[in-house]
This record gives sequence, structure tokens and C-alpha cells, in this order.
Amino acid sequence: MKSRSTEKLHIMSTVKIELRKDQIEKIHEFCDEFNNEHGELINVLHKTQQAFGYLPAEVQEVIADKMRLPVAKVYGVVTFYSFFTMIPKGEFPVSICTGTACYVRGAENVLSEFKKQLDIEVGETSADGRFSLSCLRCVGACGLAPVVLVGEKTYGRVAPDDVKEIIEEYRS
Amino acid sequence: MDHIKLLIDGKTVEVPKGTTVYKAAKEVGIDIPVLCYMDLHDLNIENKPGGCRICSVEIEGRRNLAPSCSTNVSEGMVVKTNSMRVINARRTVMELILSDHPKECLTCAKSGNCDLQDMAIKLGIRDIPGQEYAEMSTYRLDTSPSIIREMDKCIMCRRCETMCNDFQTVGALNAVNRGFNAVVAPAFEMNLEHSPCTYCGQCVAVCPTGALTEVDHTANVIQALSDPNKTVVVQTAPAVRAALGEEFGMEPGTRVTGKMVSALKNLGFDYVFDTDFAADLTIMEEGTELLDRLSRHLDGDKDVQLPILTSCCPGWVNFFEYHFPEMKDIPSTARSPQQMFGSIAKTYFAEKIGVKREEMVVVSIMPCLAKKYECQRDEFSVDGNPDVDFSISTRELAHLIKQANLDLSTMTDSEFDSPLGESSGAAVIFGATGGVIEAATRTAYELQTGKTLESVDFKQLRGLEGIRSATVDFDGLEIKIGIAHGLGNARKLLEEIKAGRSEFHAIEIMACPGGCIGGGGQPLHHGNSDILKARTRAIYEEDEAKTLRKSHENPYIIKLYEEFLDQPMSEKAHKLLHTHYFERKRKVFEV
Repeated sequence: MKSRSTEKLHIMSTVKIELRKDQIEKIHEFCDEFNNEHGELINVLHKTQQAFGYLPAEVQEVIADKMRLPVAKVYGVVTFYSFFTMIPKGEFPVSICTGTACYVRGAENVLSEFKKQLDIEVGETSADGRFSLSCLRCVGACGLAPVVLVGEKTYGRVAPDDVKEIIEEYRS
Repeated sequence: MDHIKLLIDGKTVEVPKGTTVYKAAKEVGIDIPVLCYMDLHDLNIENKPGGCRICSVEIEGRRNLAPSCSTNVSEGMVVKTNSMRVINARRTVMELILSDHPKECLTCAKSGNCDLQDMAIKLGIRDIPGQEYAEMSTYRLDTSPSIIREMDKCIMCRRCETMCNDFQTVGALNAVNRGFNAVVAPAFEMNLEHSPCTYCGQCVAVCPTGALTEVDHTANVIQALSDPNKTVVVQTAPAVRAALGEEFGMEPGTRVTGKMVSALKNLGFDYVFDTDFAADLTIMEEGTELLDRLSRHLDGDKDVQLPILTSCCPGWVNFFEYHFPEMKDIPSTARSPQQMFGSIAKTYFAEKIGVKREEMVVVSIMPCLAKKYECQRDEFSVDGNPDVDFSISTRELAHLIKQANLDLSTMTDSEFDSPLGESSGAAVIFGATGGVIEAATRTAYELQTGKTLESVDFKQLRGLEGIRSATVDFDGLEIKIGIAHGLGNARKLLEEIKAGRSEFHAIEIMACPGGCIGGGGQPLHHGNSDILKARTRAIYEEDEAKTLRKSHENPYIIKLYEEFLDQPMSEKAHKLLHTHYFERKRKVFEV
């Protein structure tokens, strides 16, 4: 039997956490809040992600056990909706607007530079846990296009050459 | 009930409200092509995600074509199933599916038995436009002890998901990711081996392509057969003889026991034996255990757990080890017939013919994929040498026979070899749901009451309903028996036991629909449940044709106890014929 593509890594190999008792209880509360109804899974996940910042495998297991659902089903929903993430956000989440205005004014090049400088892809977090990279669609500041957000701070008219400097602000 | 009148391809049809266009068309003999759709009505299983769109039809007044499998009829509807627009759309859909499917039909395990291939033939696809520059979605290969997942070949029909979740309630598989990356996979895309999978193989049985197949051990068997230093012993499970003929163009339900034995002898097996012999042995051990637990229970022993559950089905064993580990002391400790056979073959029989354990290869022919995993379990080997070396499915045996250029349909009948080839009718019915408990009842009744049964046919235990129950009168003692086939049904009975609401003394559980005759290793039924009924009929016919109908009357079983095992549940029997169970559930990072 020939071997095929192995490009798809196990997501489980990238994150590993130990849940504390109070964290597990918190998740149980969310499930109970929605009466453990299977149709409410998305709401439970939403609420949990709000509290934890992301949905690691262990959290999904706790939800599945509590709601009496197969973990595979929970994982299926988590991976279907791009809103849900299994990767913790960095200390400084970098978001690049790729809405129409930003896009036509070169957001793609800015994004490429961030990927290069941070050595991560969109949706990933740097190995030191400081930066994560994501794209978003329009922050209502089209006059400043292309726009980059780091945490709550907004940067306007960003050119690829500015990227290194922006990152340095947070590295020090 | 409200009836609805509509017109399909110019034919008037009247069907109850809520009927799908696809089913309404069937009423007037129009067979709309389907791919992802699957209907096993006798088992209440229907898969109609409306995803593939092969079954699209044109409905007057609607702008878009509609998937007939999941569109309900309405009054006065005018449907066209074969207009030019429909035919073109169907071809386009098929071309798009094929553009993301490996073109390896020549060497694919499913070739010649593939729903996707059949559809390509039916629609006359000769070219796949744009495939030179189209990118294909790829996925890593996942091999487990029983099942191979080659998800490059998955077309997202999600039939496997329906079987795994809705019917079996195992929950190992689910659609994950989206768009081009969508695939059916276990949680966190871990390998099947680490998932709750029981290896029941029902996903393989319904997969329309080569995405899910069994691990093929035919090459290992050929190698053993061509090694002059090996004594190769084969055992065949009861359900195999009721289905093997289908692979050679025979009608479903044709019994091919004698022809199968001839074929196996022709293939060069040194001894052709019958798993049925071990099934009789199972009844001796399991039946004795049942009576032992029952009498202690009736004497007021609070430590005794009832009901006793059968343990012949490895898919079922995997299921409770994972999902109900707290109840692992309830099933019988008796090993499955496959494993009892291996154990006896490599001790008693090897001694008898003066062959060393290492020089003997035991091959089993099973309707089952979980048997592949079972024979690899550590507890069923001695110093690394397994009791059963290779377990191959009914389908794999058919391939072996075809490779050897033998035609099963023209073979004459032969008899199994002695002594491990002799069996009773009670052993044969192990192949159908309710059979094991009926066989156990025949023996337990006579051992308990000391009386001879007037009729050995316990028809109240037979049938295709998912959960059945019956009370058998043991000469004044009422024994309550439960039967479930399909793990979803088993789960219901287990929940009852867990809640302390179960009234049964004994319960038989089989993982697959219809029992072993519907096993994951059987010839593919392609969604036709009449085939399962025909196989069941064949099993009971074979039982009736036997002179011996009760396990404890099998003279070779009696001899085996006299010469070797002493008596049921003796120390030796415990060592060779019984086992214990383990908790299988692991957290995500423990695997």
C-alpha cells in the first residue's frame, strides 16, 4: 500500500493542557445553562470559547461527556465554523483587515510580511505564545486602509515596510 | 391518511403525504439513480443527506433542480426524472465528484463492487473535463488492525456516519472541517485505532467507494499455504456459508457449505474445520456459566450479577469495554468461538497430530472485521504466538478462491475434517440474531431440568426486530431472555441494566444488523435488506437439516471433555476457553 499525503497534522499534537477542577465545573455550568440539549451545542461552544479564548481538545471532551455526545461530533462542529478555534490566541493578537478597501490597497502584501516576520500562518500562534495572526473583514476604518489591529490598537495606512517596526513595539 | 397525486415522467402516482419524490417514482417503476442515499428499511436506517445531487430531478415551476431523495411530494407536482436538463446536470455532478477522486480503479480493493464506479458506467462518463489542472484533496492513510481509511476516496456520502452514530451509537466517525478539506474522521482526526471504533465494520459494509475497506490478509494466508513447514488449519464461521455464494453469482440465501469445504481443500489447507465445533463448545461453557450464575442467584447470593450477557461478538466486546467499562463483569467470560477454536487447535489438536505450536497456522474465515482485531489481542496468544494467526473475511475468501481459478458454483460437496469439523444445528444458528441464545437455551434447558426438549425450535427468539424478548419455561422456572442486534439497540438494554430496571436473566447481543449474517466482512448488500433475510433463512435451514440439534450431544465435544478438558468451567477450561475484559476508554492525550 503506497503512502499518501501526510500534510495534515494531528491537531491534537499541537496543544496539550490540564484542566483544573473549577474550569471543568465552569464548562458543566455552560452545558447546564442550555439544558445539555444537543441542538444547543453551538451556543455552548460559543460561551465556552468566550471564557477560555479557544476550544482545546480537552475542553471538547468535557463538553461531549457532559452533553452525552460523541467527541467526534463536537470536533466536527468546531472545525466546521471558522469562528471556533482550537489554538490559543497570542498575547498580542494581530488582525489584518482584508475587507474590500484594505484589500485593494495592499492588505495582502502586509499580511505576507506579517507571516514572514512572525513565521506563522493565518490562524496560528507563534511558538513563544506572544503573537497570533488572523484576518478580519472591515473594521469600519476604510479611510485608513490598509488597517492592522494589534490587540485593541489600530494602525492605519500600513505598508509592508512598517511591519517589522510594529512587531518590535511588542517584542521589547 | 392524506394522499397526494402527482405526475412523474407522465405517469400518475398516488402516495401518502410525506413520501419523497424518489420513493414515489419507485412506486411506478422509475428507479432514479442515487449515490449518497441509502435505505435499509427493515432496520429503520435511512441516509438521505441530499449531498451528492445525483438524484436531482426537474420539478415544474421550480427554478432549480431538486434532490429527489430528500424532496417531499406535493399535490399536482409534475416531475421529470430524465429530461435533457436532468441528464446533463447528473453528468456534471458525476464529473465533479470524479474530478476529486483518485483514478486507481484497476487496483482499488473495491473495483467491480463500487457504487461510484457503477454510477460512472451507468452515466457513460468517458472524460473528466478540467482534471489536468484541478487540484485533488488528499488525506493521510489510516490503518487499524481491522479497517483501512483511505479518505482520498471519500465522496462525503456520510453513510458510514449514519451507521456509526445513528445505528451503532459508537460515535467514532463524524464529518469534520469544511469545503475542500471536509472529511469523515474520528475526533481530533486521530487514528481509528485510538477512537471509540469497535471494528464492527458497518461503515465498510455501506461505503460506496474504496474509502473504507478491510485490512487484507489474503497474502499472509497464501504465504502460509505455500510454506511446506507449516500445518495450516482453517475454521469457517457459520454465517460465511450462507453468503459466500453471492460472490459467485448465486442467489442470496444459497447454502454453499459443502462447496466451500471443497474449495478450501483445493486451496491447500491441511485441515478444514468448522468454527461451529467451537460454537458448540461455547455453549457448553457459556450455558454452564449461565446455570451456575442463575442457581447462585436463586439461592440468594448477592454477589452474583444477572443478567448474563453473551460474549461471542468481538464488536460488542469492544463496545462495552469502551462505553460501559463499569459493567465489564456482567458479560460471560467465555471466549468467542473463533478464539476457543484457536486455543483448542493449538493445544489439543496440535498434540494429537504431533505438530508444534509454532509450526501450526490457524486461519479463520469470518463474516466480521472485528475478528481481525480480536485474534491480535495479547491475551489470546502464548509467548507471542497467537491462537488464531489470520482472520479473513467472507469477501477475502471469495478473492482467494477466484485467484486460485476455482469456480465455487461448479464444485462438488465435501465434508469437514474430523474431529474439529463436527457440529450441531445449535452451532449453525450462531450466525443469525437470536441464534446464540436459542442454542444456549436448548442445552441449558436439558441440563437444568434433566428432561428432553420436545421441540428444539424456539421461534419466539427469532426475527429481525432490533430488540426482542421472550420467556422460556424451564419446567416451572421462567427464564426471561433479551436479544439485541445493532449496538444502538444493545445500548438501550445496557442502560436498563445500569438503571437496575432490567428483568432479564440472559441477553444475547450482536453488533451487526441481523447478527453475523449482516457482518462487516460479508459480501456487500448495497442497501438491500432482503439479502439479510435470505441469509437468515439459509442459516435456519441448515440447522433443520442437521441430525444433531443440541450442542451437548455433539459426540466430539463430549470426547474433548473426556480426553482433555475434564468438564465445563474446569481449571483447564478456564485457562483455555475463558477471558477477562479491559476498560478501553482513554482521554485524548492518553492514546
